[in-house]
Amino acid sequence: MNEVRLGVLALQGAFREHIAMLKRLNVEAVEVRLAGELDDLDGLIIPGGESTSMGLVAERWGLVEPLRQWVHGGRPTWGTCAGMILLAEHATGQKLGGQALIGGLDVTVNRNYFGRQVDSFEADLDVPVLGDTPFHAVFIRAPAITAVAEGVETLATVASLPDEADSVIAAVRKGTVLATAFHPELTGDLRWHRFFVQIVNDYKSCSG
Amino acid sequence: MSTKNGQQRDGQVERGTFAVKAGLAQMLKGGVIMDVVTADQARIAEEAGACAVMALERVPADIRKDGGVARMSDPRLIKEIMASVTIPVMAKVRIGHFVEAQILEALGVDYIDESEVLTPADESHHINKHSFTIPFVCGCRNLGEALRRIAEGAAMIRTKGEAGTGDVVEAVRHARNVNGAIRRINRMDADELFTFAKEIQAPYELVKETAELNRLPVVNFAAGGVATPADAALMMQLGVDGVFVGSGIFKSDDPAKRAHAIVQAVTHFNDPHILAEVSENLGAPMVGINVTELSEAEKLAERGW
Repeated sequence: MNEVRLGVLALQGAFREHIAMLKRLNVEAVEVRLAGELDDLDGLIIPGGESTSMGLVAERWGLVEPLRQWVHGGRPTWGTCAGMILLAEHATGQKLGGQALIGGLDVTVNRNYFGRQVDSFEADLDVPVLGDTPFHAVFIRAPAITAVAEGVETLATVASLPDEADSVIAAVRKGTVLATAFHPELTGDLRWHRFFVQIVNDYKSCSG
Repeated sequence: MSTKNGQQRDGQVERGTFAVKAGLAQMLKGGVIMDVVTADQARIAEEAGACAVMALERVPADIRKDGGVARMSDPRLIKEIMASVTIPVMAKVRIGHFVEAQILEALGVDYIDESEVLTPADESHHINKHSFTIPFVCGCRNLGEALRRIAEGAAMIRTKGEAGTGDVVEAVRHARNVNGAIRRINRMDADELFTFAKEIQAPYELVKETAELNRLPVVNFAAGGVATPADAALMMQLGVDGVFVGSGIFKSDDPAKRAHAIVQAVTHFNDPHILAEVSENLGAPMVGINVTELSEAEKLAERGW
């Protein structure tokens, strides 16, 4: 099952951590900085970092349109944190003048939903698709999903404020597109990466 | 809610853990952190693709020129800058001045730089950074200094370089010191590691961890004297994770263009064709001071213990 080749968008942020996780799964992973480097990939991870920085660097070298075509063409894509913001069709709390978005995932994301760094946190999440053991998630100046369109599957939620019963969406999947507000690449738990590699494998065996 | 060592547990949620502190630095990697002295400059930095800004009253070049005691910036200014951008905002405190750090934590800045650029408040102690929920970045000239700061709770390290000079030579020296020492300890046996830890005055456990990881246990940025896209790419090729640019941007002729070019250079640090393209027609860089012309007393990097 490990014959797929994945790319990790390496414009800015925690791309090396994703590559290290994929290597532990014996999956080939390469850094992607230019549009040509998307060729021959079976799946793409858009890592955490600053979505404004990534968007501006992507724009400068003509990467936004190829990325849009990639995602809208149904190719397997996983966005973590900033990557989730870039994949969202709608985002609130952006910088003045907005930012370049890739889109393709019909959800509304609120940037820095939980606040500034003082409010960053770790928490155990129930994630039924990963099994019974809770996933220990790291949220850093994290976004949250505040609305989803029909057909978008919620995979995990998290309490929206401490001591409150309300919760917001922290992970979703629609077809081949996966998005998490937190950072599995900062933990030792390989389950999310394995889950994404399975999505890529299923896509490859269907389309191949 | 319980608080222990700056960590807070609140129901199922834990804040201020080391993973969360070091994690933000991991998200800044491959990016440029820019010194800004006004909200307008912060907006220019964000538009140019900065991954964070450092809010301060004077850039290091002006601190050098003006002389006198350099302190934490006015909270009003820091709040204005925080309100103007969505990217993380850092601010500086004097070495050892834990009350300035308490004030910055109360303001809710995202990272504190315990910085030799400001006038030290304590000549023998650095801040106990474990006792804060907010993460700290600290400067270093060599591996021993880096690991002493990490032992005190720093969640991110940067080279000291020689701030406010526009001369990259000290940042290069410090990056080579740190990375050269890591390459050496990676090949040492256990007996040698004990002695090496003693020699560089760093905790053995951190020396051992660094040797095993073959890199610092936290993110390491370049800082001090970076003025051009080529300087930034040089530091990246020397193995740092990202770059701070202080006076180099807003003391140059065309800050927006230079800021944008340095951001591109840090992403594409291994692509000379792109580096050539972004280095073109940037206007004059900051004038600069040769580090060799500074007296020992004028060198900021000597501050810190």
